Amino acid sequence: MSTSLPIADRGAGELSASAKLGSAVPAAAHKKRHSAVVRVTHWITTLAFLALLVSGGEIVLSHPRFYWGETGNVNERPLLNLHLPSSRDTVPTGYGYVLPDQNGWSRYLHFQAAWLAVGTGLLYALYGFLAGHFRRNLFPAASDLSGKQLSGSLLRRLRFERPGKEEAWSYNPLQRLAYLAVIFVLFPLMIWTGLAMSMGFTSAFPLTARLLGGQQTARSLHFLVTILLVLFLLIHVVMVFVAGFRNRMRAMITGRANPTDGVKS
Amino acid sequence: MSHIPRRRFVTTGLAAVAGASGIAVAAKVAQHRGLIPPDGGGLYGPGETLTYAAQRLLTRHSMAREFSRSEISGNPFANEVDPLGDQFKQLQSAGFVDWRVTVDGMALRPASFSVGEIRSFPSSTQITMIGCEEGWTYIAEWTGAPLSYILDRVGALPQVRYVVYRSIQPDWWESIDMADALHPQTLLAHGMNGKELPVPFGGPLRLRLPRQLGYKNVKYITRLTLTDNLKPFGKGRGGAASDSGYAWYAGI
Repeated sequence: MSTSLPIADRGAGELSASAKLGSAVPAAAHKKRHSAVVRVTHWITTLAFLALLVSGGEIVLSHPRFYWGETGNVNERPLLNLHLPSSRDTVPTGYGYVLPDQNGWSRYLHFQAAWLAVGTGLLYALYGFLAGHFRRNLFPAASDLSGKQLSGSLLRRLRFERPGKEEAWSYNPLQRLAYLAVIFVLFPLMIWTGLAMSMGFTSAFPLTARLLGGQQTARSLHFLVTILLVLFLLIHVVMVFVAGFRNRMRAMITGRANPTDGVKS
Repeated sequence: MSHIPRRRFVTTGLAAVAGASGIAVAAKVAQHRGLIPPDGGGLYGPGETLTYAAQRLLTRHSMAREFSRSEISGNPFANEVDPLGDQFKQLQSAGFVDWRVTVDGMALRPASFSVGEIRSFPSSTQITMIGCEEGWTYIAEWTGAPLSYILDRVGALPQVRYVVYRSIQPDWWESIDMADALHPQTLLAHGMNGKELPVPFGGPLRLRLPRQLGYKNVKYITRLTLTDNLKPFGKGRGGAASDSGYAWYAGI
C-alpha cells in the first residue's frame, strides 16, 4: 500500500491553503482520492435524492400550486402557480385533461428514500466530524475566503477551465462553500420543511411548523430548496465533466484517481 | 502497516454483526409493542414501518396543533366525493333522523346510535387543520363526540387493537390504532364552524382525526368495528386507501 492514512482524499490543493499538507503528488499511477465512507454515502445519497426528486415531483402534480402561511387550497389565491397539468380534476389548471394518480407509490417511495437519505446523511456527518473529513477537505482556510480568491475561483469556473493538477486532489474554495451549503444548510432545511408538513410530527414538535410561519410555507420552502438542490446537482455534474469525467468518476467509484489523467498539464 | 486493515476488518465485521442483530432485536420489539403497520411488508415496508414506529414513539399522546378563531379558513375546500347514493339522499331528505352508526366487534355492549344520540353525547370542540395528501390545507372548528367516549360506552374489550370505520359510500373505509382511537382529539364530528356539519364536508358524521391526512378522515360514517386483527378486512392492509396503494398510516 502506498499509504496507510485512514483518509486519502487529502491532497495538495494549490487553491486551498487548508489542504497544503504534503504538497507533492506522488508518482504512484493511482492515488487514493476518496475514502470508502465518502464514496458509499455519496452514491446512496445520489440514489435517494433521485428517488425523492421523482416522487416529490409526482406528488406536486396532484396540487401544482404553492401558498404562504398555514392554509392553502383551490379556494385560495396561490403565491405560485406552476401552470402544470394536475393528477386531480379539482385543481383548475386550464388543461383539458387529468393525469393519472401516482401519489400512492410516490408517497411510499418519498418517505422511504427520505429515511435512506437521512440515515446516510447522519452517518456521513458523523464520519465527517470524527474522521476530520470536514476539517481537512471542506472547511476553507480563512485566507481562501477573500473576495479576490473567491472571484478568481469563480472566474475560472465560469471559463470552464480545467483544474490544475493540484486541484484534482483537493477542492477549490468555491467548491468547498457549495458542498458546505448543501450539507449544512440545504439538506437540514429540506428535512425541517419536510417534517413541518407532517401533522403527526408537528403535534409533538409544533415549533417546527410555527417557526417557519405555517404548514403551507413549509411546503413552499420545501419546493424552493428542491430547486436549489437541483441547480447544485446540475452544476456539480457539469463541473465533473469539466474536470475530467473518467478520472473523477473513477475516483468516486474506486477511490483512486490517476494523477496525470484528465488534468490540464 | 497491516494492523490498520486488520483492525478495520474486525471493526467492520463487528459493526455488521451488531447491525444485523440490532435490526432483528428492533423488529421483535417493534412487533411486540405494536409498531409495525398493517402495510409494513413489501417493497416500501421498511420505510413505512420506520415512519409509523418513529411517530408512535414520539407522538402517542401529543396533541395536533390548535389554532385561534381568527385563523379559521373563510372559504374551506370540501374536496369531491363519489356521487351520493339513493340511500343517502333518502336519509338526507328526512334530516338524517334515521341515520345510525352501528358499533360492533369486540365490545361488551355492541350498540347502534342515531345522529341525535351522538349529538347528545359529551362533545369536544377543536380548531384544527385538515390537510390532504395532495398538499392543500384548511383550518376549521370541529365539534363532535370523542371516539374514546363511544368506545367506553360500548365497553371495548382490552384486546382491541384497531377501530375500523366505514362510510355509507361503498368501499370507503379506514382503520386506526388505539393511540389514535383513544386520542382526545379523535372525534365522531357532527359540527363545523358552529353549525351542523355540512354534507360536502362529511355531514352528518365524519371521523375527525387531526393528526392524520384527509383520506383517513372518512365522511358519512355508519359503522365502527372494534378488532384485534385487520387481516379479515378488505385485502388486509387496514383500509380502502391502503388497499389501493396508499399508506395506512397518514400522520405524514
